[in-house]
Amino acid sequence: MIRVLVLALSALWASGAAALDIREVTSPGGIHAWLVEEHQIPFTALELRFKGGTSLDRPGKRGAVELMTGLLEEGAGEMDAQNFAAAREALAARFGFDSDSDGLSISARMLTENRDQAAALLKQALVAPRFDADAIDRVKGQIYAIIQSRTTDPGYIAAGDFDAMAYGGHPYGTPDIGSRESVGALTRDDLLAAKAATMARDRLYVAAVGDINADELGTLLDTLLDELPATGAPMPADVAPTIAPGVTVHDFASPQSLVLFGQVGIKRDDPDFFAAYVLDHIVGGQGFASRLMDELREKRGLTYGVSTWLATRDHSEVWQGAFNSANEKVAEAISVVKEQWARIAGGDLSEAELVAAKTYLTGSYPLRFDGNETIAGILVGMQSQGYPISYVTERNAHIEAVTLADLRRVAGRLMVPGGLRFIVVGQPAGVASDK
Amino acid sequence: MHPYIRGCALALLVATPAAAGGVTSFTLANGLDVVVIEDHRAPVVVQTVWYRAGSADETPGHSGVAHFLEHLMFKGTDTMASGELSRVVEENGGSNNAFTSSDYTAYYERIAADRLELVMKMEADRMRGLTLSKDDWKTEREVIIEERNQRTDSDPAAIFSEQLRAAQYLNHPYGTPTIGWRHEMEALTREDALAWYRTYYAPNDAVLVVAGDVAPDAVKALAEKYYGPLEPTPGIGPRVRRQEPPQLAERRLRFSDPRVSQPYVTRSYLAPERDPGDQEKAAALTILAEILGGSGQTSVLAKALQFDSHVAVYSAASYDGLSYDDTTFNLSVVPAAGVRLSEAETAMDAAIDGFLKDGVDADQLARVKTQIRAAMIYARDNVQNYAQMYGEGLMTGLSLKDIEAWPGILDSVTADQVMAAAREVFDRRHAVTGWLERQGEEEPLP
Repeated sequence: MIRVLVLALSALWASGAAALDIREVTSPGGIHAWLVEEHQIPFTALELRFKGGTSLDRPGKRGAVELMTGLLEEGAGEMDAQNFAAAREALAARFGFDSDSDGLSISARMLTENRDQAAALLKQALVAPRFDADAIDRVKGQIYAIIQSRTTDPGYIAAGDFDAMAYGGHPYGTPDIGSRESVGALTRDDLLAAKAATMARDRLYVAAVGDINADELGTLLDTLLDELPATGAPMPADVAPTIAPGVTVHDFASPQSLVLFGQVGIKRDDPDFFAAYVLDHIVGGQGFASRLMDELREKRGLTYGVSTWLATRDHSEVWQGAFNSANEKVAEAISVVKEQWARIAGGDLSEAELVAAKTYLTGSYPLRFDGNETIAGILVGMQSQGYPISYVTERNAHIEAVTLADLRRVAGRLMVPGGLRFIVVGQPAGVASDK
Repeated sequence: MHPYIRGCALALLVATPAAAGGVTSFTLANGLDVVVIEDHRAPVVVQTVWYRAGSADETPGHSGVAHFLEHLMFKGTDTMASGELSRVVEENGGSNNAFTSSDYTAYYERIAADRLELVMKMEADRMRGLTLSKDDWKTEREVIIEERNQRTDSDPAAIFSEQLRAAQYLNHPYGTPTIGWRHEMEALTREDALAWYRTYYAPNDAVLVVAGDVAPDAVKALAEKYYGPLEPTPGIGPRVRRQEPPQLAERRLRFSDPRVSQPYVTRSYLAPERDPGDQEKAAALTILAEILGGSGQTSVLAKALQFDSHVAVYSAASYDGLSYDDTTFNLSVVPAAGVRLSEAETAMDAAIDGFLKDGVDADQLARVKTQIRAAMIYARDNVQNYAQMYGEGLMTGLSLKDIEAWPGILDSVTADQVMAAAREVFDRRHAVTGWLERQGEEEPLP
């Protein structure tokens, strides 16, 4: 007997013809999932996310979760890596395995015609990965190549410098891929421990979108997940970022510099979060209309693009931005960013900017929900960040409620004039590190 | 080379909407071809306008002008201020951008389906009505040079790829980068851009693709209202580029740069593209690329270089038949630590020779075809990519009929056709081999 609980129905858009009918489903075995039935295309997108991810690496084992994630598809059960791949190819299923600092994600797309076989194959990767010695060596080799490549990638160099400064010894402070030395020392036992720490049912979030109904999904989830352990490792601690204002130049021979800048950010459950979100959009959000894009690119031709973002993670929060400029233009670009930052902190914001930001943010939100795979990813992200299904319909009202007074107050509270740290990777003219 | 005349790719289509699996097409009286792709799952529409003009159509000495104009197309018309189009799209929750390739330039807006009229009006307005102020174009020239700095000059792999392509094409303009050579970009003027605009931006040189939650009749009515009144450009001639002479000598390039941390070897072979009514050879090459390099575990190169031996950490084969003129078939190998590029290249060639001797594994061919059939199902999940597939096809000389026949042609490819295509394409006289190395650690020549 299949018992399916339907807790919420139909998140309808205020405007627009289509409804997004998100249902909460509980499988007979007790696994919760969000489901959108969409029967026009004969496949299902299934998204699993285990909270924690690479921040659950044990001390001295940096890179274990990332290596383990990469090995999930490299042999499982009776199959070695090549046989597992051949079986997946014969079913034309697509599996993605990915880890980041807040979670481990598994994305599967399965055709309706062979969905049960595809799920049975995926289950092997989840519960019986082999971690064969030759597969470990092969994937380690790939990881060494990636680590090596990042040593000359300005984006990774800048992020590494910023994170080390902001987070020190917290897992957020070092690259989740690990170092040549830490990865080199990892053993098969370390991988088993990393799997046990991260892939447990007490931290699992599930969404499915596509050609599947609630009963079928319940059965599939129980079969797929019932052999996973109930509990995993405790979550990492929260950490307050340490960001001293100033400039760090990381010498790198290139005609152009990459500039990453940032300051302290804001938590997702802060009452001012939505105001900060609108503020960030005005300062350097998506599109061509932001203040920094206008000042740096449109008015001065200093860069091809600049953007900012609220990097709010599960255990810490910073506010960051980045751009690339020719070495001789970096000094001017940095001074324009600093000047704008100070002006906005002082309240230089207009009603027109607020209205434009609100219409963009509220109008673009429903446009995110197109495509089974995309929607499944959004729904699992919402769950892991603690939002209810109703957030889909309520979110725009939070944006609408932000006033110009809120924006100015939050700009004054959050933005520190002269408070940004700039990491410059390149050989900028007339810019030097402060000591 | 295609014997086809520009603007006639859709000539076989009737003028009234005719549904073909959710895809409808018609042509306006002024020559604008329109394709409508229906997907009613979300209240979203993507409008894309494609011009049959890319960097390969540029006059020698003015490289980058197609892309420069693409940037300037956001600078306003008689009725829109500079930046207004993007601002209005964003204020309505939408996103927009543009892209330039060697064969086409395209502009898109993605927005709520009930705002289609708004973006059609603006896109139609700038098809003929662009104005450029005295200063806007100079700042924008700085922006495209920064774009080149970012995309190419900051990345040794991108610099090398530009050099390899220049060596691959002895005469065809595909050897010139779409972004432009820097010294020529620095000399581009407002007049260069406007001359390009006046030559190519016209309804009879464009295709409008509208995809999403729309009805073909409604799209037709709007297209007639906004694009219908635009004047065609008379006498747009056939798309003729300088073609390749016989390639008789193998080319080898080495490039070293201090920013290279992971050396690799790459090889490109000149290869035929998908031609209208004649896509079989391209289909065989598409399957060949999948067999040689489509999987990190089961393809020929991965098996030979990453499993049977441990020469490589990564290997790939790729082929894209969507090109107006001759394209390339590409191989690349990233050697494992301690393996020299010469050893990697020898192992790559041995793997290809072994494949030419042993032939296609029947199980593998069956799996590749299963995945290609499934890919057509998965592709329907993203209407923007689906629209892209149609637009690119039409821009590279194919008809809608060719585009719709493609999955069936792929499915009918035989093992013999794959082997015949492989024997023909792997001719070193047509090939460019490249070694990317870290400066100071170059492999000594024997």
